[in-house]
Amino acid sequence: VNRQRLLALAGLAAALALVLLVGESLPPFRLRLASEILIFGLFALSLDVLLGYTGLPSLGHALYFGTAAYASAVVARDHTDSFLAGLAAGVIVAALVAAVAGLIALRTAGVFFLMITLAFGQLGVAVALRMSSVTGGADGLAGVLKPELPIGGVDLYQPRHFFYFTAVVVAVFVVLAVWLVRSPFGAALKGVRENPERMAALGYNVWAHRYIAFIASAALAGGAGVLLSYHHGFVNPEAIGLTTSAEGMLMVILGGGGTLFGPLLGAAGILVFEDVTRDFADRWRLLLGVTYVLTVLVARRGLVRAVPSAWRWLARTRAGRREASWREAS
Amino acid sequence: MNAVVQLLNGVAFGLLLFLIASGLSVTFGVMRVLNLTHGAFYALGAYVGYSVIGGGWGFVTAALVALALTAVVGAVEQRVLLWPIRHDELAQVLLTIGLLLAITDIAEWVWGGEPKRVAPPSALSGSVGIGGSAFPSYRLALIGIGVLVVLALYHLMERTKVGALVRAGVDDDELVQLHGFNLRRLFLLVFAAGAGVAGFAGVVGGPVLGAYPEAGYDILTLALVVVVVGGLGSIQGALVGALFVGLVDSYGRAAFPDLAAFSMFVPMIIVLAVRPQGLLAGRA
Repeated sequence: VNRQRLLALAGLAAALALVLLVGESLPPFRLRLASEILIFGLFALSLDVLLGYTGLPSLGHALYFGTAAYASAVVARDHTDSFLAGLAAGVIVAALVAAVAGLIALRTAGVFFLMITLAFGQLGVAVALRMSSVTGGADGLAGVLKPELPIGGVDLYQPRHFFYFTAVVVAVFVVLAVWLVRSPFGAALKGVRENPERMAALGYNVWAHRYIAFIASAALAGGAGVLLSYHHGFVNPEAIGLTTSAEGMLMVILGGGGTLFGPLLGAAGILVFEDVTRDFADRWRLLLGVTYVLTVLVARRGLVRAVPSAWRWLARTRAGRREASWREAS
Repeated sequence: MNAVVQLLNGVAFGLLLFLIASGLSVTFGVMRVLNLTHGAFYALGAYVGYSVIGGGWGFVTAALVALALTAVVGAVEQRVLLWPIRHDELAQVLLTIGLLLAITDIAEWVWGGEPKRVAPPSALSGSVGIGGSAFPSYRLALIGIGVLVVLALYHLMERTKVGALVRAGVDDDELVQLHGFNLRRLFLLVFAAGAGVAGFAGVVGGPVLGAYPEAGYDILTLALVVVVVGGLGSIQGALVGALFVGLVDSYGRAAFPDLAAFSMFVPMIIVLAVRPQGLLAGRA
């Protein structure tokens, strides 16, 4: 237990050092990318709660990410520049949409669940395109002002300030997510993922666990969506659609599902790749498509797992060699 | 608009939806692959049809070329990419999304971002009078083509050995293999056929739905709604789902024009709430 706590502290210190290093050393236009990585990292992490821990492959997770972005954009444009108001609106709307969609989607599991969540996401796109009086239709909502913080000297229009602000907000949500998956409830979720029949036999309400995880992960995605609309200054239907949902799933798979931190790494990988290819290729979507294929064929078990398993393999072969030489000697 | 025209509209759209969705449904039923590239096969077919018709080769040639080309692309996808990861459903889904992105982008590269109009055969470009209102003759032809394809696929599935194997594969693929049948070849055949029908639908549906870069995503959504409503894995399920969605859409558009964009999703949500496995499920 002591060693684990030490490791956690070391991880925290490393994360803090990384944020400070990035924040102090990168030029403003790179910091925008860094903020985006944190935002999509939180989005991917929220999907991991559902996909990695609960075993429910949602391909419509951007529905909650995107509706939260719309909700906070409406608040920021028409009502108040308070961040907490925008955040509350986004998270609550995302959770409410999930509470409705979950009632229907959770009647299924596996690939059917994936298909139905995908269809709900596309329904969300149709609504966003159609209800243009609220959502601005295909153009979306532009002119989302950055929030005013009641802290002197903070100006979120400066990329550096916005990056630190994003880092703090994302950190709060990450702590919540870690607390959730480490709690007894989180342990039960893993049980539901591995063996729902046994969990039901033990007296756990499998459906309720899935439903709560579904809403909680949507609320986390909502937090990311709120940051997205403030970051870009606009929202359009793409934030809800299949490409965004799929990108979140790609980040989880690339980073490693069921690890929480793997998806953050996956988000960094994908966004840096997109940024680099966008600079010198018109056909970056084609390259992104190829990235999906390569991820699936090469890094299907996740980067986070690739390193430890390589380490274990090394350790095993070394231990094996030592044992063999020992046996020879005796 | 009179009642007959509305009914014909619904049936024509429903049969077009059948052409779009049947491949997705049967492919899923047989090999448990949710092939999201399916929409891209439609788009590819529509664009190829546009070019072949533009080259003066005619509508029928265009449909056949699109069918053959998408079948080959599908066969390559299945054998080279999907077969090695056949035990990992999530990986398969991600891979098919990657191909959807890639094929959509290649299509935009080749044909540009502007929507293209796939011209119907000149003999069918007019309209006929039905009960005092004009009805596009191409839509009547679409009903005819749809019925022919339904009959052909039904015959293939219910009256031939290949069809029997496919149906057996939907129910229990291990048993099919135990009886010494080559599942690998069956999978390849079904996947290529599903892709080919989607490409064919691209040309046949082109005069109605058009060819444009995002078609891959829109058509995929239509196909998903149909298979969710009809149930996965059978020709009959796809047909029932497609006609149901097509008719609800036709009447919904007339009754609530403001809700046209969602009338498509209404039957899906009702069916999901009442019967989550779809109206006619092949394998639950």
